Amino acid sequence: MTQGRSIIGWLLILAAFVLLWRYGEPVAKWALDYPKTWTIPAAKWISNLLKWLLNDATFGLFTFTQLTRFIAAVVEVPYQAALSLLSTGFLSGRGSSAIQLAPPLSWIAVIAIVGMIGHYAGGARLAIFAAGCFVFLAIFGQWNSAMVTLASILVAAPIGVVGGLLLGLAAYRWPRFDAALRPLLDLMQTIPVFAYLVPILFLFGFGPTAAIVATVIYAMPPMTRITVLALRAVPSEVRDLGRMIGCTRRQMTWRVMVPSARDSLMVGVNQVIMLSLNMVIIASMIGAGGLGFDVLAALRRLDIGAGVVAGLAIVALAVALDRLSQAMALKMGEFHGHAGKTGFVGRYPYLTAALVLVAVTTAIGLLIPAFQTYPKSWTVSSGTAFGQAVEWINVNYFDTLEAIKNFFLLNILVPFKRFLGGLPWLGVVGLLAYSGWRLGGLSLAILVSVLAFLIAATGQWEKAMITVYLCGVSVLLATLIGIPVGIVSAERKQLWRVVQAIIDTLQTLPSFVYLMPAVMLFRVGDFTAMLAVVAYSIAPAIRYTALGLQKVDPRLIEAGRAMGCTNWQLLTKIKLKLALPDIMLGLNQTIMFALSMLVITALVGTRDLGQEVYIALTKADTGRGLVAGLAVAFIAIIADRLIAAGAQRTRTRLGLQ
Amino acid sequence: MNRARRFLLGCTGAAALMALALSGAAQAQESSDPIKLTLHDWTGQLITTHIMGEVLKKAGYNIEYVQADYLAQFAGLETGDLSVAMEMWETTGRDAMDAATATGKVENIGPTGMKAKEEWWYPEYMKEKCPGLPNWEALKDEKCAEAFSTAETAPKGRYLGGPVTWGGFDDERVEALELPFEVVHAGTDAALFAELESAYQRKAPIMLWIYAPHWAPAKYKGEWVEFPEYTKECYTDPAWGSNPDALYDCGKPFGEIWKVGWVGVKDKWPGAYAAIKAFTVDNDEMGQMITKVDLEGKSVDDVVAEWMTQNEPRWSEWIKK
Repeated sequence: MTQGRSIIGWLLILAAFVLLWRYGEPVAKWALDYPKTWTIPAAKWISNLLKWLLNDATFGLFTFTQLTRFIAAVVEVPYQAALSLLSTGFLSGRGSSAIQLAPPLSWIAVIAIVGMIGHYAGGARLAIFAAGCFVFLAIFGQWNSAMVTLASILVAAPIGVVGGLLLGLAAYRWPRFDAALRPLLDLMQTIPVFAYLVPILFLFGFGPTAAIVATVIYAMPPMTRITVLALRAVPSEVRDLGRMIGCTRRQMTWRVMVPSARDSLMVGVNQVIMLSLNMVIIASMIGAGGLGFDVLAALRRLDIGAGVVAGLAIVALAVALDRLSQAMALKMGEFHGHAGKTGFVGRYPYLTAALVLVAVTTAIGLLIPAFQTYPKSWTVSSGTAFGQAVEWINVNYFDTLEAIKNFFLLNILVPFKRFLGGLPWLGVVGLLAYSGWRLGGLSLAILVSVLAFLIAATGQWEKAMITVYLCGVSVLLATLIGIPVGIVSAERKQLWRVVQAIIDTLQTLPSFVYLMPAVMLFRVGDFTAMLAVVAYSIAPAIRYTALGLQKVDPRLIEAGRAMGCTNWQLLTKIKLKLALPDIMLGLNQTIMFALSMLVITALVGTRDLGQEVYIALTKADTGRGLVAGLAVAFIAIIADRLIAAGAQRTRTRLGLQ
Repeated sequence: MNRARRFLLGCTGAAALMALALSGAAQAQESSDPIKLTLHDWTGQLITTHIMGEVLKKAGYNIEYVQADYLAQFAGLETGDLSVAMEMWETTGRDAMDAATATGKVENIGPTGMKAKEEWWYPEYMKEKCPGLPNWEALKDEKCAEAFSTAETAPKGRYLGGPVTWGGFDDERVEALELPFEVVHAGTDAALFAELESAYQRKAPIMLWIYAPHWAPAKYKGEWVEFPEYTKECYTDPAWGSNPDALYDCGKPFGEIWKVGWVGVKDKWPGAYAAIKAFTVDNDEMGQMITKVDLEGKSVDDVVAEWMTQNEPRWSEWIKK
């Protein structure tokens, strides 16, 4: 009965919507295009607020800027230490008159230490793999830049992981905190970095520290989300056991809950590392230097080969760090005693070996420079191979590619863009409100309609619709490709390893690297932008689908098989249903990732909110940038809440909860 | 701790003494803190900045190069986190520069001597299809415009303009001069040149915004379209030019390339400030150096070192007291 009523409700609201859309023009023009005179001057308010925060805000004893500068100084300490150790050596003084007191670690020592960590955590295979990644950096002449990047990641990633974990624990313990935190996480992940770059630079000073702060803001949210999800998924038996054996609250958290959620938490660690490396390009724009700068500079002179190599160096770093951190986490869970071993060397064989190695290589390095820094003459250059490959495709297949592009543009992209662009804003707000009400009740209805209204009221409706169009098409494509790939590769170990390597690459290879060849082949425009968004946002769709399927309790599958399910039935009736929460989280992340690519797509000439943010940056108009950034975030929140409410209803109906 | 500090102080003291002995008493009052010069992501700017840096080093100053975004750097220049930016193009950085100087914390240290030329540009092979070029009136011919068209813009020609943020009034220009062209904006200049490279490889039609000093005019054979020459009135008085009712019925202006810096530079390093103010190079000189780096594969450091040895009398003049 309710079903019938809901269909009638939908029909009514849709009819009203179409009426307004088709015949509303003469009666209520304001309902179609938001009148300019009604616009809320939010940009000005935000600009003034920031001005106050930067210049006048004070806590009595010290000003707000002093506080943030202090935080910057605190973060600066480990960063300088890491940078000195890996790249510049320990210096006295600054700038060109600085005197080197001690050299940095020699390249041989770094590679060997990485190998040793690999060996300690995961055996010979991991050792060779991790060391191999670093050898790649040296051979292709990326060593110095890579060490600068590594130094900033070594600071940013732990802050992101620990901060995310703590926030996640707090959100798990206090539901009210969770409710307050969730929108904040959405904002952190979806407001394009360019929008808050300028205030961050004022607050934290121009340089690597500001870059680290921006990186942490962007990379931390997935860790928090995954922590909450993972802790909720800890079986109640485990919790009960903890209670029965009389754990204190702290023991319960750190000895029971966190270790049992470890597998999922490691996905969070992976995401933090990947996203940190994803920020490398933007970080390099504000003084972090390193590989990101090399990528940008290479592509500015259209040296595709150099850009690809620097991009792959970022990937190599990411993959090595990720695999090492995963193995370390597994290792830490194991019991290991020092039974029967005495003395420092016996207890800490790896540490001893590393110390000896550092001492030896440093000493030799003083005599033979090749031991200290990798000699330039040993480096290999990719030369023009990449550029020539693109040229060959360009000359021979441009017409074919053009035909494919035109097909997509004319049949899918352009009609969809026109359709969305023509919708009346009031109608869309109403429709969203009704969907919110049907799916999640009054509070959801109010939330989505207020957010949608705010987008219109700040005068950004048109650009927001272009954003929805571009991201909508891309997310659809990404899920259509990503979920099947995730399903297929979830249970095939070999294949999963390959797929994992591909999505890690897609996620960490700066999109700039493939964006410029894409421009050469597809010209500037929406299609190129869509390719970049899909390539980036497909990773979570695949990853979370596979993760969800792999986590399904094998006993349930056994039970299903015993009842005579076919493979297809097993998949659709049991596995996919049980994996649904993870797949939904994957969809959420796909949308978030797609929206976070807007900054990059602005660089190939789209006319969406990302471009608006970019323009605001060039005009030094912080208020305008943040307003556009917030509009992006609102779109994300609306999509997220509606999808989550829909998934919740589906689950309830299926009796999963 | 205390001892270590005294040791360090001693060290810097000794270093300062040495600097004093080396560079004369004049610099003794100036700060030995590093002067932070910003580096951006295009070769010309790297060369300009490194020349300035090397010259200042010769005068005994402490120099630090910091990688910074072209526009985001103003946040650092206002607070003094950064000291000097050597290339701020009139054509692309005016708004941000005005906003920054309006705060009173950033000042314009004068022109670099280079001028930004920007205009519509086409590869040489397009001349066959549109023989009237480089005169702009040839573009009014529909056949000629169609030669520049793509599937999306046909029968109008396609003109690939710079990023929206560069301004340039191309949409207005097309309208004022009644050109049968459609303006498409590239998002970055990397995208701009990626399209040119692609078209050039295929000898495909293209008309786009190119600026100099840059490596592209040296690498690709082609010409700038000759529009009616820019005058101030053209941009302010509709009556001027071929279209009596519209502004922008002329070409683009040549733009200065400015040096900008934190307002405190003057007091902290007066000698360096004078040297930065005196710095000039011209377009040809810069164009040659950019070509050496971007097309001949030399390193920025080598090219700068070469310039330093060839132009010693010139830069000695800048740092003279």
